Amino acid sequence: MNTPFIQAVLAILRKDLRTELRSRELISSMGLFSLLSILIFSFALELDRVARQEAISGVLWVTVVFASILGLNRSLAMERDQGNLDAMLLAPINRAAIFLGKLIGNYLFALAVGLLLLPVMTVLFNMPLFQPWLILILFLGTLGFSTVGTLLATMTVQTRARESLLPIVMLPIALPVLLASVHASTNILTNAPIDDWIAWPQILVVVDVIYLILCFLLFEFVIED
Amino acid sequence: MAEKSALIETRALVKTYDLMIVLRKLDFQVERGEFVALLGPNGSGKSTLLRLLSGLSKPTSGAIFIGGWELPREAAAVRAQIGMVSHRALLYENLTARENLQFFAQLYNLREIDERIRILLEQVGLSKRGDSLVRTFSRGMQQRLSIARALLHDPAVLLMDEPYTGLDQDAAQVLDGLLTQAYADGRTIVMTTHDLERAARLASRAMILSRGNIRYDAPASALDGRQLSERYTEITSLATAR
Repeated sequence: MNTPFIQAVLAILRKDLRTELRSRELISSMGLFSLLSILIFSFALELDRVARQEAISGVLWVTVVFASILGLNRSLAMERDQGNLDAMLLAPINRAAIFLGKLIGNYLFALAVGLLLLPVMTVLFNMPLFQPWLILILFLGTLGFSTVGTLLATMTVQTRARESLLPIVMLPIALPVLLASVHASTNILTNAPIDDWIAWPQILVVVDVIYLILCFLLFEFVIED
Repeated sequence: MAEKSALIETRALVKTYDLMIVLRKLDFQVERGEFVALLGPNGSGKSTLLRLLSGLSKPTSGAIFIGGWELPREAAAVRAQIGMVSHRALLYENLTARENLQFFAQLYNLREIDERIRILLEQVGLSKRGDSLVRTFSRGMQQRLSIARALLHDPAVLLMDEPYTGLDQDAAQVLDGLLTQAYADGRTIVMTTHDLERAARLASRAMILSRGNIRYDAPASALDGRQLSERYTEITSLATAR
């Protein structure tokens, strides 16, 4: 009989958080990459206020997405390189529990980096980024590509060119999430009327749900030998 | 559930990767309490066979029964009966030995695990290093902890994929002792190895796999290490000549 689903998910999540707390391998590499990226953007884009309002959401999302890809690659590579993915697969647990456990961990790390970027970007770009709607979009957008990313990283980590393959495979599939996130963020930052952009968060919720269900169901086939 | 007396049974087991046939209609049985040394050159299908027996891989055709449960249909029941040790440690380096065992105990839904973990750490000689990070362990210590992880849920079957890889003489001897103990405890062991002398000494039965077929299958006592080595050379050189 399988181990209870929630117990397996929590065990994997706790293990990931504990490992990360000890090594700080993911957060430090993702955080450093993000800070360097926005520093470069802040020097490269010398824009007036209006242009900045329109460009800043792109900067935010490009940075969050590539930092997350970095983290996803590392997170799954750590499982693969020591054979730990096999060790988990040997246990009598539902395969989807592995997916959900890894997804929640990856999501929390990506979200932490995104939330860390908001105050830094507020200072560097002199724009108020701490807005409830923007934070909500960050939660939803990060969930969408963490979901797709966890599934795809599980596939690409088994290949030799995993670092370069993940963004190539992931970005086209995560495009609906990114489009909705960038459009919603831009409208929020340019203070557009809510009726003009409320459809984007709604689309984001729908896409997130679809991706969650699909990835949850597909994971077992992805980790098949 | 099938009615079988053998603990492990394969029927016409075939595994292919694309056009490459790795295992060709393997039929064999392993009785409860046997220690089978699975020998063969690289690429003969040994590791693939262990991955199939552990449920990590699915057969292309044929059937596998472990304890009467069929793989992959009844995989959850089979997994609870199997412990696996590989040449890779299958451990988290940034967790302590105890934390690793606690994590896997949760995955196996084990209750009251502290005492079990204490006993296992003692058995593998790591009771004083239980709270040390695995990344500070030598290869031999990692392999001993790996055995403790594999025995955590008290499995009936131990599958060992080249467990001696990278071990020095002392560590290999410690591993010999642990395997002898596991065998004496009545566990069924299937171990792949290239060490013919060790196979003849430890195992109760030797099987030689070549090009996906079982070419030799006899009690290990039938041949000593040197004779087994000669038989092995004969079989593998014949396969190479073909």
